[in-house]
Amino acid sequence: MSSAKEIRSQIKSIRKTKTITRAMEMVAASKMRKAQQRMLTSRPYSRKVREVIGHLAKAHSEYRDLYLELREEKRIGYIVVTSDRGLCGGLNANLIRRVQTHMNEKKQNHAVLDLCLVGHKAIGAFRQSGANIIATAEHMGDAPSVNQIIGIVKIMLDRFREREIDSIYVAYNDFINTMSQTPQIERLLPLVPVDEDKLNFYWDYIYEPDPKEVLDALTSRYIESQVYQAVIENIACEQAARMVAMKNATDNANNLIDELQLVYNKARQASITQELSEIVGGADAVS
Amino acid sequence: METSKQTIGVNIVSAEAEIYSGEAHAIFVSGAEGELGIKPQHTPLLTALNPGLVRVQYQDHEEVFYISGGLLEIQPYVVTVLADTAIRAADLDESAAQEAQRQAEEALQKHKIDKEYYLVAADLAKAVAQLRAIKRIRKQ
Repeated sequence: MSSAKEIRSQIKSIRKTKTITRAMEMVAASKMRKAQQRMLTSRPYSRKVREVIGHLAKAHSEYRDLYLELREEKRIGYIVVTSDRGLCGGLNANLIRRVQTHMNEKKQNHAVLDLCLVGHKAIGAFRQSGANIIATAEHMGDAPSVNQIIGIVKIMLDRFREREIDSIYVAYNDFINTMSQTPQIERLLPLVPVDEDKLNFYWDYIYEPDPKEVLDALTSRYIESQVYQAVIENIACEQAARMVAMKNATDNANNLIDELQLVYNKARQASITQELSEIVGGADAVS
Repeated sequence: METSKQTIGVNIVSAEAEIYSGEAHAIFVSGAEGELGIKPQHTPLLTALNPGLVRVQYQDHEEVFYISGGLLEIQPYVVTVLADTAIRAADLDESAAQEAQRQAEEALQKHKIDKEYYLVAADLAKAVAQLRAIKRIRKQ
């Protein structure tokens, strides 16, 4: 049995760890609330853009083919959104694993992959893999703005418009609630048409100034808003996952402290008993 | 939306917030090709918007919003204004794209490390490992 002093120093060090994990838990909780708020305020826009895009898919424009036509996937663009920091459970690892299985499937069909990475963890994970990384963004903070996303989206979109890449996917963590986040991979381009019966007749928009310009602007906005939404959602996921991970760590530390305290008390008592019996034994010997 | 042909649904949203949502008798915006006045049953139209005012008229009163550009979609029963929060210009977008590309190259070349954070993370990882070890010892 280890000495009382050793156990005491162990307890002390666990306490210190506990204060860190508890502080991180509380910080994550408050950041998560803010991130959720941001997620809700940006939702109307992404929903409306998707609606307009859905209408557009029903319109009979000559130019829309570029965005709707399903081509053979010879070259694929991935936008992978992860967090910058770790200590948030298996959040990033799960996402990256999902993405890699997805990529491997595509690779078997001899597709070449281009990656756009958002977040430090994605960069770390894919740098070694020898994949073709064409753009990255990291350290965007807790409240990223659309400005910070325009760049990476433009790189992808330009390549798509030049027909260099045939489709674009975005991968991120979907915020379901505080306890569960699921990795999600969605196709952004070619557009996924929405089923709506209302507009099933032959019609087209009037475009001002001209179809190409308006459609390009609209798809840029669409992709940006979807990626922005993904980034925002991923931040909420990160904070929720960190909160849960840190809560577990704090609980574990508490359990350990309780156990060790018991061991310590026993050791202390044992040594007192021993000393007592030694004194009594000594007194007996003297008398 | 069939309830009345007298009004048209209006949604004004920007990427970071919802600005207005409701019914209107008419709305006025400044499109890329000139001013637009939109009444219910307007023909479908898709246009870029110039920076300027969006006026929403409902009965007697009028609400006015300023937007710094964006897109407008008109369906006979609903008008959607997608306002830009970011200031857009072809050259600005281009420089943002270059910045992202440059970052990618930089990230590939060298380990950029947020030093302080990783020190704390390393400490914590160590502590967690210690906890685990202690736990295992306790179990035996």
